Amino acid sequence: MAGFGLQAAGYRTSIRAAIVITAALVVAVITTHAQTKPAVAKPAGAGTAKAASPGTAKAVPYGIGRAATPDEIKAIDIDVMPDGRGLPPGRGTVAEGAAVYAAKCQSCHGKDGAGASADRLVGTDSGPNFNFAMDAKLVKTVGSYWPYATTFFDYTQRAMPFNQPGTLAPNETYALTAYILSLNKIVPADAVMDATTLPKVVMPSKNRFVMDNRKGGPIVK
Amino acid sequence: MKISRRRALVAGTAGVVGAAVGAAAGQTPEQAARAKDPTKVQGPTGTDIGARSPFEKPKRLSLTDRRTSTLTPLQDLDGIITPADLHFERHHAGVPAIDPKTYSLLIHGMVERPVVFTLDDLRRFPGRSVIRFIECSGNGGRAYRKEGNQTDQTPQQLDGLTSTSEWTGVPLATLFREVGASPKAKWFLAEGGDAAVMTRSIPIAKAFEDAMIVYGQNGEPLRPEQGYPARLLLPGVEGNASIKWIRRIEVADQPFMTREETSKYTDPLPDGIARIFSLDMDAKSLITEPTFPDKLTGPGWWEIRGIAWTGRGKIAHVDVSTDGGKTWQRAKLDDPVLPKCHTRFRLPFEWKGGEATLMSRATDETGYTQPTYDVLLAARGPATAYHFNNIRAWKVMADGSVKFAGGGA
Repeated sequence: MAGFGLQAAGYRTSIRAAIVITAALVVAVITTHAQTKPAVAKPAGAGTAKAASPGTAKAVPYGIGRAATPDEIKAIDIDVMPDGRGLPPGRGTVAEGAAVYAAKCQSCHGKDGAGASADRLVGTDSGPNFNFAMDAKLVKTVGSYWPYATTFFDYTQRAMPFNQPGTLAPNETYALTAYILSLNKIVPADAVMDATTLPKVVMPSKNRFVMDNRKGGPIVK
Repeated sequence: MKISRRRALVAGTAGVVGAAVGAAAGQTPEQAARAKDPTKVQGPTGTDIGARSPFEKPKRLSLTDRRTSTLTPLQDLDGIITPADLHFERHHAGVPAIDPKTYSLLIHGMVERPVVFTLDDLRRFPGRSVIRFIECSGNGGRAYRKEGNQTDQTPQQLDGLTSTSEWTGVPLATLFREVGASPKAKWFLAEGGDAAVMTRSIPIAKAFEDAMIVYGQNGEPLRPEQGYPARLLLPGVEGNASIKWIRRIEVADQPFMTREETSKYTDPLPDGIARIFSLDMDAKSLITEPTFPDKLTGPGWWEIRGIAWTGRGKIAHVDVSTDGGKTWQRAKLDDPVLPKCHTRFRLPFEWKGGEATLMSRATDETGYTQPTYDVLLAARGPATAYHFNNIRAWKVMADGSVKFAGGGA
């Protein structure tokens, strides 16, 4: 354990840490005793939401770690959810996206989003009944297989371009999203994407996805 | 069981070593003979870092030049633990170099106290060690698809994206209690510190069941390619969700629908829908010996060996057939049989010469039995992309050579 190193330099630290952890263990015992039965094993919010849960203010923390500041959370919290939470200010058009795409994406993803080394982005063919399980020739693209438009923004912003990941400005990402959605015939050529319009885009495959229904037992699903 | 493949390897390497020793000038034949006899020569003394015997050269294998994944040499391993340097790899943007002194994990979102933990902080919490498998959800695709017709394939090539380690870390439930995760939270996002900044959404129940933030692997810090200095461990769950190099966890009321969990790691089904968040790995087994390119050197007693595992608890039993599935015998399971962990099975096999088709079939404690190829095909369709746990077959030929014999269309 790094916190309890026996090297001379860390000796004082280890004593202090030992006191802390001893106190923490005492707290843990008290906490455990204070809680009602299912609290430790049960997830917060699952079923008995009213029961004293380890995730509530009643649980006493060990006090390890330091409080995160709003600024440092903001700096690292880059995700975007399907309802648009997390989208930054900014906007972009299809035409602007075409220019960004040609400069930063086309070398890997190909002209018009297909036909090069990286994933094909454009294509609307999902067969007569979303036949991806039956027809290996069908290609999963943004147009045929991505259920949420916000996912495209989130992923492009965090991980693209491949050789300079995470360097696109919000306006560039909005523009690229507009462009790729337009090539997939999901938004019109004059579409503008921003924090208001993007979450309203309905993807063709949205209702094709269902939660996992496998639960073990004798039936193979 | 000594198999010709290994004998050939040993003989080849020993020849080189022996030649080097014997080459010393001016030795009498007696001196040369003594120099080759380990009981007549002092051996080398202790070293700071051990190394494998020069006679043993197990290697991971990549099936593509891009090397975004490498496979564990399952046929070269005994027992259930995968040596850390042979644990399979799957990266989405390579292996990041992270300094443990500057590493941190932020937990925020629907929590009372957003907290930043350093690596030392994580190590201060009450810890836990568990032995669990991690399997890539794409593992076994070659046995399912057209490559299944190729007979000259090893277990490593077919199924090498599964490994087992002892993992040490802090239960995620402890950290969620520390930050005061809201009882209303339903999901959490795990985010990696690699160039993909890889993200997966996980039901929060998993955090309170058995998820961990781990920093130790087989008694030492994680290997860089396994997420150094800390990763998420979701026992029994498809490997990609155990986010490596974890830097941030956001507690939320709904899934984030990241690229990996929508456009990639989902399972289209024959009835025009796609299964999403298909996280748990179903029961699976595979024979590791004898397999291609082994050659049984003669009729008589051999041991069929393999591994079985399930993401839904413990393996209940493994059945082995030596006649292509007509009859089955219960295999012996080595202790310990642990939940969500590779389990070693063994069955004595008297090879009488002639052809014999070997198969293994795992059943887990939920009563789920590893399906045949046809059953899995009917449930999932030929073009499904993940979760290939159908029964595999190996054929012992009349000359003793062993070929992969099925799983594919």
